[in-house]
Amino acid sequence: MAVISYIEAVTQALKEEMERDENVFVMGEDVGKRGGVFQATKGLYDEFGEKRVIDTPLAESAIVGVGIGAAMYGLRPVAEMQFADFMLPATNQIISEAAKTRYRSNNDWSVPLTIRAPYGGGVHGGLYHSQSMEAIFANVPGLKIVMPSTPYDVKGLLKASIRDNDPVIFFEHKRAYRLIKGEVPDEEYVLPIGKADVKRDGDDVTVITYGLAVHFALQAAEKLAGEGISTQILDLRTVYPLDKEAIIAAAQKTGKVLLVTEDTKEGSVISEVAAIIAENCLFDLDAPVKRLAAPDAPAMPFAAPLEKTFLLNPEKLEQAIRDLAEF
Amino acid sequence: MENRHHALGFSDQDVLKMYDIMLTARRVDERLWLLNRAGKIPFVVSCQGQEAAQVGAAFALNREKDYVAPYYRDYGFVLAWGMTVREMMLNNFARGEDPNSAGRQMPGHFGYKKLRMLSHSSPVTTQNPHAVGVALAAKLKGDDIVSFVTFGEGSANQGDFHEAANFAGVHKLPVIFMCENNHYAISVGLKHQLSCDYVSDRAKGYGMFGKTFDGNDPLAAYLAVKEAADRAHRGEGPSLLEANCYRLTPHTSDDNDMTYRTKAEVEEAKKHDGVLTFAAYLRELGVLTPEREKEMEERIRKEIDEATDYAEKAPFADPMTVLRYVYEEKD
Repeated sequence: MAVISYIEAVTQALKEEMERDENVFVMGEDVGKRGGVFQATKGLYDEFGEKRVIDTPLAESAIVGVGIGAAMYGLRPVAEMQFADFMLPATNQIISEAAKTRYRSNNDWSVPLTIRAPYGGGVHGGLYHSQSMEAIFANVPGLKIVMPSTPYDVKGLLKASIRDNDPVIFFEHKRAYRLIKGEVPDEEYVLPIGKADVKRDGDDVTVITYGLAVHFALQAAEKLAGEGISTQILDLRTVYPLDKEAIIAAAQKTGKVLLVTEDTKEGSVISEVAAIIAENCLFDLDAPVKRLAAPDAPAMPFAAPLEKTFLLNPEKLEQAIRDLAEF
Repeated sequence: MENRHHALGFSDQDVLKMYDIMLTARRVDERLWLLNRAGKIPFVVSCQGQEAAQVGAAFALNREKDYVAPYYRDYGFVLAWGMTVREMMLNNFARGEDPNSAGRQMPGHFGYKKLRMLSHSSPVTTQNPHAVGVALAAKLKGDDIVSFVTFGEGSANQGDFHEAANFAGVHKLPVIFMCENNHYAISVGLKHQLSCDYVSDRAKGYGMFGKTFDGNDPLAAYLAVKEAADRAHRGEGPSLLEANCYRLTPHTSDDNDMTYRTKAEVEEAKKHDGVLTFAAYLRELGVLTPEREKEMEERIRKEIDEATDYAEKAPFADPMTVLRYVYEEKD
């Protein structure tokens, strides 16, 4: 078992899939010689050449749209959106095209395309380099949205996304890129899309979250254990479609559920999780389902104190878990 | 009358076939309007006035190998590409057997993997980047094919038009962008859509070959698309072609074109209708004899009658199939 960073897991998954299948190629802005602005595609240009590591013009709709065409031809493109915030010009291609091609053609055509996009705040990125974009796409049947929290999950799920025969949006938390490190097996493995994962077992309160907030929850849980509060943490990993069984089981186990997202609150992915719990767990609950999220303001500001106020942190989670435990 | 088709290497049989397909597309289209006005089908989107460009273009491509992304007016093109009249009627009746989408999409939203015809949607011009992606993939695989895509002149203003053209130009991909300029984007005419003289003027901005041709002449269409295809095969990259056509019908069966153009304008355009002018050309050369014409009309009418009957009687898809094929279904 090697310990690698979150972003190294991205690079390893891309490299291994490109070695395994000649139909896999990457395309995006600065992914070639530069190796990506975050270095996610570092070394791939040297190993696989400009034909399979393609620097595209600065045009997101074309990056996705051309990827769709190549996927329809039978290749497995991995299209990089430089920042999730910049994928909105490609929204029509993602929602009207990639998501609906299999359905509208009655299973005749399919789009095995992976769209990678760094998201999330805490890097002094201001309004347009910090956002969480998943809620925009989490109401679109035909899409799958993966948002891993650990290097192990990143690697196993990115490989699964590339091998999937439907379009997958793979959101990578950019603050986690170098902050989060973890063990990854030396041997080949792939993880299932659509399955949540219990990251910590506990009996008093359940936290359901994804992405970097999983680590905030783990830190908070560790601290609260000293106070005798036992916290279960369910990492959604795939935020669309949701793993309903795992959500229901996790809610039933403790009867007290805290839902956490870095995204703005109203209409977020965790609001859907709350609805699933409301529909299925009424008689199992011992407290109202609580949501902890970013404020309903457009996006986090650039100035450090403002950004900090907008963002989650382990202390905010700790307090919210304690409040629920004491309910 | 100068024999133009022999000079292009076409036999008389070839051009009769070309005309046959143009006429079939026209007669199918006319039938669709009758069916719509009789309350049998809910919606029609027409090809009338664009058949010549469509059929001529198809003849210039390799119909065994090339990939195509037609748009919703391309009845003439898809017929020339191998779709049958019966399949078109199934499409218009939205029946389960429709190979394009089994009745999921509105009529004219073509897509048929067997024919290497990409599936497309209603937001216009989204197919252009797809065609570029096909060309990119083929280039990566070393496959010597051409990727052909069509769209209207209104679509030439969409971001996807420009993004796709630029991508294809930068990567020198074997793509043919063919704009079917029918002079109207629903009600909005050319002078409110374009500030350049020709859509093909934009080719220069993307470093590609551009050409406008008479969209009422299938031989002009053939010549332009052949030139573009030859360039693509030689590795000289994409082309932006523009067929100068005219939309002879309202935008769709739900439109009233007399609210924005005059009957006199439409009547004038009808004098240049490619189906009529190509027939006149073939008659003048003695290629289209009265006997052949009669045989053709009767055969087409019979084929459309049979296809209409078949489609009308064919079942819709089972309503429960609405849940199917959201994602890949594994056994």
